Amino acid sequence: MSRPEDSLPPDLFYNDTESRKYTTSSRIKNIQASMTHRALELLDLTSPSLILDIGCGSGLSGEILSDVPPEEGGPHVWVGMDISSSMLAQALDRDVEGDMLLADIGQGVPFRAGSFDAAISISAIQWLCNAESSDVSPEGRLKRFFDGLYASLRRGGRAVCQFYPKNSQQRSMISNAAIKAGFGAGILEDDPDTKSLKVYLVLTVGGGDVTG
Amino acid sequence: MKVLTLNFLCCARKTCKLSPASFPLHPKEASLEQIETDINVLFIRNILPRLDWEAMKTLTIELGLPALPTEPPLPESLEDPDSGEPSQTLKDLHQLLMETSIESGSLRCGNCDHEYAVKEGIANFLLPSHMV
Ligand SMILES: [Zn+2]
Repeated sequence: MSRPEDSLPPDLFYNDTESRKYTTSSRIKNIQASMTHRALELLDLTSPSLILDIGCGSGLSGEILSDVPPEEGGPHVWVGMDISSSMLAQALDRDVEGDMLLADIGQGVPFRAGSFDAAISISAIQWLCNAESSDVSPEGRLKRFFDGLYASLRRGGRAVCQFYPKNSQQRSMISNAAIKAGFGAGILEDDPDTKSLKVYLVLTVGGGDVTG
Repeated sequence: MKVLTLNFLCCARKTCKLSPASFPLHPKEASLEQIETDINVLFIRNILPRLDWEAMKTLTIELGLPALPTEPPLPESLEDPDSGEPSQTLKDLHQLLMETSIESGSLRCGNCDHEYAVKEGIANFLLPSHMV
């Protein structure tokens, strides 16, 4: 099976046709929704929070964050970043509640220190590993992203990134970059040794919850 | 782009990271819209201590909105002490943070002068590689 990130950079891959698949294909929607619910479970938020959605795409995860009922600690407020304007246009069409930035996460996370309670990312961060030109490297992009993410989370905050590592080397390159940025990091696998294996990078910012 | 988000967003350039002038970004030719949403009392309570109130004051002036009090509201002022219902202070804060949005315009960095365009509420933070 060919992997989209091997062929094209994400802003070219997620063109209008490809983006529409994300809102019309119920299979993609269901998988994305179940991974979002799993990530939320791992974030373990107990009250309405400000969440950064990294690679928010057409807002499928965001809608779930906005719809968490009060008895489950929601609803949450989210800000999304995505490199694909076609994906963001789909989100606008669907009237999602979060704010969105057209941005490349490999260029950093443009928020002041301690902005977010949590961050979530579904099927996005493996894109950081394809360097698109001669003046950027996967290592450099991973560093900018994780340094920025670390700073933008409040102390005691948490991030859960589901991703599709190409191989074990890429998997450790990504988790090592997170650890270097200061995160406590763990990898969780759902359905290991099956075709539907899902990998979640669970990141914590130390220092305790100073905001109470 | 909600006023809430403007209170956290800063310039994306690496060279601006350490400059206090890169936050808040300054709205230019902003056209505003009001989008009604349900009031989320617990969220406002959560976010209040994290707001940069000086930046809030700057932003409201630059957006031509009513001036804010010198000091941020106290947590206990968010509810009516008798009924426990959301107070006017809370409602005003909700309207400003969650319902007031920039529909189009731009956001200028006070340090490097770069302008980030906002269209249909979405700010374009993609940087050409020489600016990263
Ligand atoms: Zn700047």
